Amino acid sequence: MTQSYDAIVIGGGHNGLTCAAYLAKAGRKVLVLERRYLVGGAAVTEEKFPGFKFTVCSYVVSLLRPEVIRELELAKHGLQVMPLDSYWVPKEDGDQLAMYADPAALREEVRRHSKRDAEMIPKYNQMMYHIANAVKPILGYVPPNPASPGLRGARTLSEFGKHLQSLDKKTFHQLSKIMTMSADDFLAEWVETDVIRALMGINGIIGTKLGVKSPGTAYVLLHHYMGELDGAFTAWGAQRGGTGGVSDAIASAAKSYGAEIRCNASVERVLVKNGRAVGVVLEGGEEIYAKTIASGADPYVTFRKLLDAKDLPDDLVSAIDKFKFRGSSGKVNLALDTAPKFSAMTDPAFLRGMMEICPSVDYVEQAYDDAKYGAFSKRPYVDVDIPTMIDPTMAPPGKHVMSCFVQYASYNMPEYGDRDQQRDAFGNAVIDTLSEFMPNLKDIILHKQVLTPWDIEQEIGLTEGNIFGGELTLDQLFFFRPAAGWADYRTPIRNYYQCGSGVHPGGGITSGPGRLGAMEILRDGN
Amino acid sequence: MPRQTPFHSRTNALCESQNWVEWSGFFSAQTYEMDHIHEYNAIRLGAGLFDVSPLFKYFIRGRDAVALMNRVITRDASKCGVGQIFYTAWCDDEGKIIDDGTVARLGDDFFRMTAATPTLCWLQDNAFGMEVEIEEVTDAYGALALQGPTSRDLLQQLTDADLSSLKYFRMLETKLAGVPVNISRNGYTGDLGYEIFAEPGQCEKVWDALIETGVAYKLMPAGMVALDMVRIEAGMLLLDADFHSASTAMFEVEKTSPYELGLGWMVNLKKDHFVGQGALRRENARGPATCTVGLEIDVLALEKVFVQNSMPLQLPYQSWVDTLPVYSDSDQRDHIGRATSGTWSPVMKKYVVIGRVKPQYAKIGTQVYVEQTVEARRYAVPATVVKMPFFDPPRKRG
Repeated sequence: MTQSYDAIVIGGGHNGLTCAAYLAKAGRKVLVLERRYLVGGAAVTEEKFPGFKFTVCSYVVSLLRPEVIRELELAKHGLQVMPLDSYWVPKEDGDQLAMYADPAALREEVRRHSKRDAEMIPKYNQMMYHIANAVKPILGYVPPNPASPGLRGARTLSEFGKHLQSLDKKTFHQLSKIMTMSADDFLAEWVETDVIRALMGINGIIGTKLGVKSPGTAYVLLHHYMGELDGAFTAWGAQRGGTGGVSDAIASAAKSYGAEIRCNASVERVLVKNGRAVGVVLEGGEEIYAKTIASGADPYVTFRKLLDAKDLPDDLVSAIDKFKFRGSSGKVNLALDTAPKFSAMTDPAFLRGMMEICPSVDYVEQAYDDAKYGAFSKRPYVDVDIPTMIDPTMAPPGKHVMSCFVQYASYNMPEYGDRDQQRDAFGNAVIDTLSEFMPNLKDIILHKQVLTPWDIEQEIGLTEGNIFGGELTLDQLFFFRPAAGWADYRTPIRNYYQCGSGVHPGGGITSGPGRLGAMEILRDGN
Repeated sequence: MPRQTPFHSRTNALCESQNWVEWSGFFSAQTYEMDHIHEYNAIRLGAGLFDVSPLFKYFIRGRDAVALMNRVITRDASKCGVGQIFYTAWCDDEGKIIDDGTVARLGDDFFRMTAATPTLCWLQDNAFGMEVEIEEVTDAYGALALQGPTSRDLLQQLTDADLSSLKYFRMLETKLAGVPVNISRNGYTGDLGYEIFAEPGQCEKVWDALIETGVAYKLMPAGMVALDMVRIEAGMLLLDADFHSASTAMFEVEKTSPYELGLGWMVNLKKDHFVGQGALRRENARGPATCTVGLEIDVLALEKVFVQNSMPLQLPYQSWVDTLPVYSDSDQRDHIGRATSGTWSPVMKKYVVIGRVKPQYAKIGTQVYVEQTVEARRYAVPATVVKMPFFDPPRKRG
């Protein structure tokens, strides 16, 4: 039996769902095909053990575009994000650093470490605020082709230029530095306290196989400054029930507009006839036809797996083969019998925020050194979040789930043996490292889930386990994402579009690629 | 200096912010932490615990208790079953609202009334010739409001009573952590929630049990700042914010009727005489002069106003109580009413406002303009009349 749709969206990740929601809202008959048993892609919550819900991969929300929240009425569909208001770091000497969102509390805490930094950090934040505000509109632009921008592209570039001109001269210089320097070098110009630099530098390396001292990482700092919660600049938050709740809200919105979502439906390839996409073939041979096909998968899957290379221009094939995925992050999700105790923590209220294992700049850079040649960090950077400190829906009363985002790991780490042995060794290194700071941890672990980049690829489908669907380095952003000339959500195959995090504005729970992809599809009259 | 409620030793120990205000003669915490936002989120995700002891409380007992209640309140007290609670208004002779509160029927001839303002005189004066005993019991009971999605599960851990069978606006007598309490299922948050009354000497024990067991249920003590945000989301009116008491208003223009406040549903014109009935009957026939409405401010339009001032959109971080003009036109020529309280709702991602407008503008979907001040300039920002309560989850009644 064959069915026909106006549009098929491949992949029910949050971007695919977003694209489907916008298309359905515009009156299109839309079908979303998801390989797994549930939607969400990397933004999923799964009850891996009875009563314990894990934010399997992605775990916090900030970059979700406010226009998407509004236009799809996501709050009505279940979006509920609670702000996380402190970043807490245990130092190796037993002291702590607590970076509060509240400016007065932050100043007092930083004064303990450095009086100079207590004055500089607000200045730094102010500078980043201005830069982020000037650069942020770019998140809503369709990247023009700089080689031949056309009228529309020229308009985009000039509008962006105007935003940049709103920066004063000094801030503009800082922007130039951000575009070129390493995160740590850039921060060192502002902040003297080592542990603060370590903590602030972390945002430069998330999801990227680079160290805080690698040039180019300063830009990734900025990327993390473009988020907001209810208009509160750079605030990060946790979704009720985990990030799967965000995907569910988008899915619910999509369904309310009439989109159909089919799980356990793995797309094997896109049907191309005379240079035009006409449908998809599912695993098992079922063919489904549609006027438009949009891929929410990453660029490698979109172009190299779902299509035949002969249907594509050579330069694009070559660009996609060079596109850097090299997943460098892993995840360890733990079910805990009780709340953990950090030996350096003076106030249990910090457990409600983020806890960061990054006691010094050298510690973080050393973690990269370990991983540079294809291993995992012996003592990794870990971003710890215990959603059950505020969310009653993810574990039985009194019990907890702890999400540990880990950097670095490598896609293949053969020195530890086969895949199972690699996973075990990696998981043990993470838990051993955490135990240095949380002596009771091993006693309270009830269950664990360990994901290396390879596991993320197997489970979620992200090539080489890159959480952003391709690294967020400058050479892979905006009009380079995923390849020069093909950054406007279109592809060389007519009626075949991209709408995943491998296109602008990139990774993280932004819904940006999904929305912009849908807009371009509609613009083409599809 | 304000007095201390029976929970003060406990609330004081937890009140990091030391941000107290006076509420009906008592110390009341505005926030417990420096910032209210966790308390707000706890109410909508876990549970919030409020000390509402300052509410004025009265016992009305005796053969004519029903008659007195029926003479004072606008609803029909004879319809209030034992174990049931009415939310109701009471008015003066002109049909202008004096106060609103709850009336709970503890027995056939026994009511408990709560009020925001002192009401003893009003009850006594209206009891002329009746066989009824009126007692102010404000200090005889400490009161807590436990509100939020986990409140039932949390409370159930501490009592043998079956809370799943306790319906909305019903109450029961039971023991909580061994302490005799009266638990009613109602509140001022629009969420699943309970109010708990206990004798002062036992209050600390009740508080301690709730706080200790509450950890697993994500309970936080919560103050008035968070409460004001959730009550606006719930579309619940606040005295001296959304309306004034006719008994304390200095000028006629400050007075309002239940019809004007959207409380017409609680005016029972068919029952025997009650104070204000004649005036309310006449008002009902001709229609109210203004109507209370929910407004949703167009945030995109508000953002444009900020952008005109070279600023990114700024949303109110907490609720406000004010009197802002409402217009029918963007030129601010045709004044049609007022906005009385508002909040950005983090849970709904909407900027919601309670206001009063001329009846012809009260229809759902009508566009009006609310004055907003940005950088010392006044702007008329479009807003749409929407249904109240703004936030109305099934768990509230379910």
